[in-house]
Amino acid sequence: MEAYIRGVGIISPQKTFDTEEFLPEVVEYSNNSLRCIEPSYKDFLNPTLARRMGRVIKMGIAASSACFKDSGIAMPDAIMTGTALGCLEDTEKFLLAIIENDEQFLTPTSFVQSTHNTVSAQIALQLKCMNYNFTYVHKGYSFESSVLDGLMTIAEGNGKNILVGGHDEMTDKYYRVCDRVNYWKKEMTPTLQLINSKTDGSVAGEGAAFFMLSAEASDKDYAKLRSLKFIYKPESQQEIEGRIGEMLAEKGLTANDIDLVIYGINGDARYDGIYNQLKDSYFKNSTAAYFKHLCGEYQTSGSFAMWLAARILKSQSIPPSVLIGENKHASIKNVLIYNCFMGTDHAAFLLSQC
Amino acid sequence: MDKKVYVTGIGIISAIGDNVAETLASFNSLESGVGQLEHIASRHRGEIPVAEVKASNEKLTSMAGFSSDYKNTRTALLGIIAAKEAVKSAGITNIREFRTGLISATSVGGMGMTENLWMDYLDTTKSGDWLRYIESHECGDSTEAIADSIGVKDFLSTISTACSSSANSIMLGARMIKQGLLDRVIVGGTDSLSKFTINGFNTLMILDREHCKPFDGQRKGLNLGEGAGFIVIESEAAAKGKEILCELTGYGNANDAYHQTASSPDGAGAYLAMEKAFSVSGLKPADISYINAHGTGTEINDLSEGTALDRMFDKKVPMISSTKPFTGHTLGACGGIEAVFSILAIQHNMVYPSLNHVHPMPELSFTPVKELKKNQQIDHVLSNSFGFGGNTSALIFSRKK
Repeated sequence: MEAYIRGVGIISPQKTFDTEEFLPEVVEYSNNSLRCIEPSYKDFLNPTLARRMGRVIKMGIAASSACFKDSGIAMPDAIMTGTALGCLEDTEKFLLAIIENDEQFLTPTSFVQSTHNTVSAQIALQLKCMNYNFTYVHKGYSFESSVLDGLMTIAEGNGKNILVGGHDEMTDKYYRVCDRVNYWKKEMTPTLQLINSKTDGSVAGEGAAFFMLSAEASDKDYAKLRSLKFIYKPESQQEIEGRIGEMLAEKGLTANDIDLVIYGINGDARYDGIYNQLKDSYFKNSTAAYFKHLCGEYQTSGSFAMWLAARILKSQSIPPSVLIGENKHASIKNVLIYNCFMGTDHAAFLLSQC
Repeated sequence: MDKKVYVTGIGIISAIGDNVAETLASFNSLESGVGQLEHIASRHRGEIPVAEVKASNEKLTSMAGFSSDYKNTRTALLGIIAAKEAVKSAGITNIREFRTGLISATSVGGMGMTENLWMDYLDTTKSGDWLRYIESHECGDSTEAIADSIGVKDFLSTISTACSSSANSIMLGARMIKQGLLDRVIVGGTDSLSKFTINGFNTLMILDREHCKPFDGQRKGLNLGEGAGFIVIESEAAAKGKEILCELTGYGNANDAYHQTASSPDGAGAYLAMEKAFSVSGLKPADISYINAHGTGTEINDLSEGTALDRMFDKKVPMISSTKPFTGHTLGACGGIEAVFSILAIQHNMVYPSLNHVHPMPELSFTPVKELKKNQQIDHVLSNSFGFGGNTSALIFSRKK
């Protein structure tokens, strides 16, 4: 199961949308909650419609539109997206209305838009695309499931160009709610110092990133997506390394063939040890990079990492802001992403230069 | 691709029973699960009928095999109960013997807890062990609770495509087996009632104040329900030597791309999903013995689905019923629950009645089955599930040849 990444579209807390440049500068955040730099939506949605929509729906529509444009594919053969929290803003709006008005005087708009599949559905609706349409909602495996489904659909011969993506939004209230179960750092931590943090918790993030997976190679391709593995609740470092080893062996590779590893390091003392052990032993010969100081921690952050890997492979350049240590490789052929959410949902992606 | 996907186990909990045996007994005695709300303190209690699982959360915790220290959402508990029954019925004693996955589905996940605790979550002066429920809000959390309770580790995922969610989890599991990614998968879905969904559907004015009557010319809407349904599907190699309940021969997924909530009048998406399911199965519409319809009882669904069925079956629609007057519309769980009903129909050669049906719909060529029918030859069952966002899915279950 392999596919070419023919196009991308991403809205993130960095300047990643509507720009040819690859992370020209870093936007630093110091309030422990990174929010997306949103485009003007008037090019993607009619203003009346946009006013009624939650932020994540608009981000999803704009980012997927950018992906269609970038890939030159106007009508995908299937649409599958991942979102752990769905349309949080609309969900909260309807929930609060129920509580405050004691289940009276409610209107349907926010309920209708609160369902997790709203973004996939709206993309289909805008394109009038009646093809296969799925929404995955499994925490740190939401985006990963959409990618797996995309690879599988291509392997089945059921489509040549598949839209996959991940999207999650953070709200002020949900930030506070998650803070109560120690998701975030208690002290304000500027994002560029995140990697040096020794305390528990991370900083909150969000984003919407879409990819056009294609069965056939083209001159637009960013990279080849070669493998994706889920490693649920690994019981030991040996288990993680064993599973990565199997994944590489299936492709005839070893750890030494991996030029760059992109880690989900998020400054959380509870979980960063997993990445650091891989970095310092199993992948000690590979160049190391990280990304959550750019996008924050969120369940579908794997989509930001996949965008980063794709851009690096296409441009053959690693932005200095993501490097940990020095770049040990003149050319980047194989990239591995290792990411997990809250220590449970681990995933590894393998991408190669086209 | 000619790889087969066999069903070897089923598990269910809904308003008509806590397990397969109780469910069959309710069908035999024509006992609907629709009644008044008991477990949720809603102002709509007594006004909007629902099909609630009778047990309290405490009772469900014990039924799920946990002590009272175990705290989880109703969605997770219902899922654990049904998934455990499915695993047991498949005769699985060592879950790690084969590469085994769990694919669940839900529409609201842990909302049933969130809606009661939301204001307390935001009030940092309050604290307690209820803070644990914060993490159970996410849809995937119930799936992980189910996976951990039965020991699944190789693969898990969760799907939310509104009311077609668990039909899609069954479809995904079948595809993964055919691709050789897994040997067996526990697939289905779980959803509990919540004020969120009751009020949401109420604002759309599609909740019947009486028992719902799918495919009736005077239908007034749906009754919400709750529950969970899981089935165990296995590759030929994994199922070798086991009792095979039936084969999952067809599946199809499409999008109506018509409106965020409403189905198209001609049921174009529904038609496409069924067409794909037939194509995967290699069967013809005439091969179908019974259709377990989505049949919610809303004005729009039944017209859209019925029109698509008339077109698909060239107005020669076989025996058809909606089981939602028994279980209510269990949203993210209905595809799993109705998969269990479809499998039981084949196993027991029976067809369930569509309760409360009186007046034929003038737009359609067919009326649903009104009595419980036994000793039927049921070889192929089509099960439809459609949802908000235009998501349409169809599954075909077949007697093993």
